[in-house]
Amino acid sequence: MSGTYLGMPAFPRAAAAATRDGRLRANLTHATHTIRDKRAAAVAELDDWAELRAAGAAVKDRTLRHLDHYLEQLEAAVTAAGGQVHWAVDADEANALVTRLVRETGEREVVKVKSMATQEIGLNDALARAGIRAYETDLAELIVQLGGDLPSHILVPAIHRNRSEIRDIFRREMAGWGRPAPEGLSDSPAELAEAARLHLREKFLSAKVGISGANFMVAETGTLVVVESEGNGRMCLTLPETLISVVGIEKVVPSWQDLEVFLQLLPRSSTAERMNPYTSTWTGTTDGDGPQTFHLVLLDNGRTDALADTVGRQALRCIRCSACLNVCPVYERAGGHAYGSPYPGPIGAILTPQLRGIGGPLEASLPYASSLCGACYEVCPVAIDIPEVLVHLRERVVQGGPVTRGGARVVLKPAKGHAAERAAMRAAAWAFDHPGALRTGERLAARTRRLHPRRLPGPGRAWSATRDLPEVPAESFRDWWQRTRRTSAAQQGGSG
Amino acid sequence: MRVALFVTCINDLLHPRTGQAVVALLERLGVEVGFPDGQSCCGQPQFNTGYRHATEPLVRRFDRVFRDFDHVVTPSGSCAAMVRDNYPRIGAKAAAEGRGRELADAAAAAVPKTYELTEFLVDVLKVEDVGAYYPHTVTYHPTCHGLRMLGLGDRPRRLLERVRGLELRELPGAEECCGFGGTFAVKNAAVSAAMGADKVRNVVATGAEALCTVDNSCLLHLGTTLTRQGAAVRPVHIAEILASTEGRVW
Repeated sequence: MSGTYLGMPAFPRAAAAATRDGRLRANLTHATHTIRDKRAAAVAELDDWAELRAAGAAVKDRTLRHLDHYLEQLEAAVTAAGGQVHWAVDADEANALVTRLVRETGEREVVKVKSMATQEIGLNDALARAGIRAYETDLAELIVQLGGDLPSHILVPAIHRNRSEIRDIFRREMAGWGRPAPEGLSDSPAELAEAARLHLREKFLSAKVGISGANFMVAETGTLVVVESEGNGRMCLTLPETLISVVGIEKVVPSWQDLEVFLQLLPRSSTAERMNPYTSTWTGTTDGDGPQTFHLVLLDNGRTDALADTVGRQALRCIRCSACLNVCPVYERAGGHAYGSPYPGPIGAILTPQLRGIGGPLEASLPYASSLCGACYEVCPVAIDIPEVLVHLRERVVQGGPVTRGGARVVLKPAKGHAAERAAMRAAAWAFDHPGALRTGERLAARTRRLHPRRLPGPGRAWSATRDLPEVPAESFRDWWQRTRRTSAAQQGGSG
Repeated sequence: MRVALFVTCINDLLHPRTGQAVVALLERLGVEVGFPDGQSCCGQPQFNTGYRHATEPLVRRFDRVFRDFDHVVTPSGSCAAMVRDNYPRIGAKAAAEGRGRELADAAAAAVPKTYELTEFLVDVLKVEDVGAYYPHTVTYHPTCHGLRMLGLGDRPRRLLERVRGLELRELPGAEECCGFGGTFAVKNAAVSAAMGADKVRNVVATGAEALCTVDNSCLLHLGTTLTRQGAAVRPVHIAEILASTEGRVW
């Protein structure tokens, strides 16, 4: 797999291919079930989890309602603390901005903290085109980068790789990026971690420019927050002379008191820890301590459009914990790459179509990448009703309707390829509203039941390739009731 | 207390025995059951596929058909959840689209009186031992909409545990979706089949003779997967177990 999401097939095709990959299935099942069980235990420790979750949702909703206010407050506070704030309307603008800022330092290499926003905009590729090499320093992002691969999970981007695959990638690729893997590297986790540590240490100590995202931005003081487990983030945020942070506009929270809620919700939901090992906060610049130049790039890239959708906007509450991925039976079998964006799983299925629009075949297929089982909603620490948004987006796909794109209100046409389905759904809806016709149809199905095949041709094969067709009984319930209880039924009097 | 059976379209056409079992069970418990003939589909297949407007006549119909009843009982967690969770959404969206409160009012009337069967037994009739006899090993799969949208909790299990002769076998990974998901089963057939295969493997591993759920839609997917694989496990709706007695095995 190359380092781009462009031209990826619609979800069902990519997912079907993944279900046939036994090693991928085994890696994903093992990893997601392990994290899932740990999360459940970590959450069960708190008797006020339900209240915390409600508070998290409420804080985010309030912030999103007054987003313009809090962003301007943030900008003023960051500027007052010595930082420079830039606004990027889309990925191209953000990439151009960051490229220019790096060029102005005269450096050709940057170290990166794990960041979803920079994955979303494809920053590494944009920098590479400008002759700037970006080094990922999060262990899993390093594995993905060295493997010429794409992330397949928000928290654990290399979740699709097992340790022998990682050993092979380190042995083969590390030398091309810096310090080679040690001789005779085994696949023991300790040896793999040590190899990464030695490889990355050289980058940390020589880098002059660091690039990060942020988990939160506190508006009242202009403080950015990164939570992490490995300490690579702390290195990148403190050692370089210049720090550039690319952050989605929805990451702002009003106050430190609000932040407290999320610093409880996030670690337990994502890594199942009571507290993450490293929490770095920085406010502008400080003389003689840490980066002396700080740029904050505030990224829209479809977020304002999503905010205009009264049902869909709840996706902007997301704090990127990955709990929904780890409980999702579809993600477990389809793998992260099938979702065609750095945001896989249930949250990706509602976020990607909103950020990019549902014009493309992949984006239009994502709202259907769910059985609507609701496990994602149950674990979401900010109570995003993912099934509700999925169904809402399905309506946009098949019926079209008013949406906001690029800040303008437009009326979307129904997506192509749903004509037959639309006709069938309308016919079904008509029949269900005309019980006489429904009864005739049921009787027809019952009378011809001996003729029904066991397997269907054409589109019906999607059902009958792995399942038998159900047998139609000789008599419907409706007819049985009429035959056995005609008089009492008449007395019940329900009208049609 | 006027109680109506909302049998659901799948049960009407494909599983009339489940509807008959509900009638037998409720009548055994002294409840007079009505079946208003104008009833139809709850609209879930259309709604969940994105055709909200096509479900609106069915919301109106549900309200109209069941208006004279105090309680509407349905042997489907999924259809009950459609009424309780999604009818208010349909009403609110219609109102937001400037089409008045008619659908919202219809939804508001339907929601408080609609019960999934095990809820009705435990919460309204306040009964857990329904006097059933079912001399088989059974494993129970809590279906997603009953579990997460309705919050059925352990009601079905409490009812099953009091069935004489029944031995309940724990289902590994019980709360994971079976992979049916309505049109998901054909739109993402490969993933649906993979989920179904894993669920069926867990079911077979219990060694139970029967697989029980509160939803025949999930059982349709699991049962037809079981028969295709040649497994001997029998899919059975909870109503049919609870209706069984020593005098009449359902």
